Amino acid sequence: MTDRNRRGTAVDQQQADLRHDEVQAGTQTGLDEPDVDVTDARQNSLWSDAWGELKRNPLFWIGSLLALGFVVMALFPSLFARGADPRDCSLANSQGKPSAEHWFGFDQQGCDYLANVVYGARNSLIIGLLAVAVVLVMGILVGAVAGFFGGGVDSLLSRITDIFYALPLVLGALVVLRSGTLGRGVVAVAIALAAFGWMTAMRLVRSQVIAVKSSDYVAAARAMGASNGRILVRHILPNAVAPVLVYTTITIGVLIAAEATLTYLGVGLQRPAISWGLQIDAGQNLLRVSPHLVLFPSLALTLTVMAFVMLGDALRDALDPRQRA
Amino acid sequence: MGRYVARRLLLTIPVLIGASFLIFALVYALPGDPIRALGGDRPLSPAVQAELREEFNLNDPFVIQYVKYLGDLVQGDFGTDFRGREVLDTIEQRLPVTVRLTVVAIAIEAVIGIIAGVLAGIRRNGFLDNLVLVSSTIIVSIPILVLAFVAQFVFGLQFGWFPIAGIGDGWYSYLLPGMVLAAGSLAYVARLTRTSVAENLRGDYVRTARAKGLPKRTVIVRHTLRNSLIPVVTFIGADIGTLMGGAIVTESVFNLPGLGRAVYDAIRAQEGAVVVGIVTLFVFFFIFFNLVVDVLYAVLDPRIRYD
Repeated sequence: MTDRNRRGTAVDQQQADLRHDEVQAGTQTGLDEPDVDVTDARQNSLWSDAWGELKRNPLFWIGSLLALGFVVMALFPSLFARGADPRDCSLANSQGKPSAEHWFGFDQQGCDYLANVVYGARNSLIIGLLAVAVVLVMGILVGAVAGFFGGGVDSLLSRITDIFYALPLVLGALVVLRSGTLGRGVVAVAIALAAFGWMTAMRLVRSQVIAVKSSDYVAAARAMGASNGRILVRHILPNAVAPVLVYTTITIGVLIAAEATLTYLGVGLQRPAISWGLQIDAGQNLLRVSPHLVLFPSLALTLTVMAFVMLGDALRDALDPRQRA
Repeated sequence: MGRYVARRLLLTIPVLIGASFLIFALVYALPGDPIRALGGDRPLSPAVQAELREEFNLNDPFVIQYVKYLGDLVQGDFGTDFRGREVLDTIEQRLPVTVRLTVVAIAIEAVIGIIAGVLAGIRRNGFLDNLVLVSSTIIVSIPILVLAFVAQFVFGLQFGWFPIAGIGDGWYSYLLPGMVLAAGSLAYVARLTRTSVAENLRGDYVRTARAKGLPKRTVIVRHTLRNSLIPVVTFIGADIGTLMGGAIVTESVFNLPGLGRAVYDAIRAQEGAVVVGIVTLFVFFFIFFNLVVDVLYAVLDPRIRYD
């Protein structure tokens, strides 16, 4: 109980939701009960139970369909753009209203807006997935080392985590990107986000590792002469898969929203990149006359974030039996 | 308890120093020459530039600069920006805006969130419960950026109910940005309350209270709520620190001259002292409210012991 996890870089609202995962992870497998008995057989039944639960959850299906839709859109945008090219613009059409021919109208440069919004999916998803990958690598690495070795190593790593944790995500990423040391591309934005977003993953993994490292089957593995690395990878980390999966799914949404925010604040992607953040930024000055310029990229952004939040919610309900009433 | 608080306070110090060092290092890496930029079109003479550089310790190696800064900070000196204005003055001027925005947001989040959560939790799987679940999922999924524009467009421009920018209308002008800032936490508070109420309603002590023949209202308000609100109160407490440091977007969209806006402007203008000062303040608030909450937790729930 003393190690209740806290988060607070909640510049973005969804992050508040993530606190839930953490509190769950912290209390459910907290220091008080180190003897969590998770055998392979139970793992299997956890996953098959979870699938049974997922199948009946409409959130899961809505989330999956939306997420799948946006992934296909990112991979093959031309399928959705109704034959329009996002860079084929004519000033004569500037700020044209949505019509039967051009569903989303035109932006200020007279580019087909549907095509632009559709092509924006790719950057958002790439940044979200890339950033979450870096977050996972850092979180698992630091969390596993801190939890497994404990003592001074744990104290040091936990304090470093606290430091990053206390800095608001968007603020940290804002300064990193403004400094320009990483550039301003897709990779730079993803790394900047991950650099200030890995702490929750670390704490999740750390608490899971601490929870199981003193269990009998780990002692058995050690007695058989397994190395530290093998024990960690084969015996301890698999326990963290379920909470980390839930966390990862929701975090993709959070990071996609954060990317749009950074881009809107003028430090993320830059023209001529196509991005929902840039579209919202360009549209905001025309909010009075052409609200559709803000509406459509906002809608696409929200639906993408919602897809991952819903998926994460559904996964949490399925994977955490304590939640079942 | 006293020892626990003392230990936590001690642990705060390295985090504060570490965070300020981190942000100092990041600001140090900002490109361009702030002194040269200061002159604008009419460059400052080399002598003046050299003097300014000396005054702001810009010639020292990075670590020395930081140590000097920290030394001043410990004595309550936040330094000055490159125009000679005290950073503390900027903070004093901007802080009230951020505090008001946070107060409004927290009030909205607490009142609406708890009411919605209780109503949902009392009757699980009822209409209200499902409404709260669905709407909280939707609200949580709307990026604050989008929410801010939607609120501004619909309630500010279309309906004209709220001012769309600035703080000209006193507390009233904080209402709309406050709602936007609070939305995510509100959804979370509602869910947390719902789960907590539903869980506590199954408790033995509630059954006892019912068996004694207490009216339903008393059972819920006097018995269930008291216990159910413990996690909610602690969440809201910690959220104060989070919201104070998290209002950059809200303050930007609604053009509120608060700390978030100030730090954003300072990052653009490479005003290192302002950035580091305000961010350190954010970190302090964040740590402070988290500490308060942890202590509060033990006070509210006697089962929790910190030794």
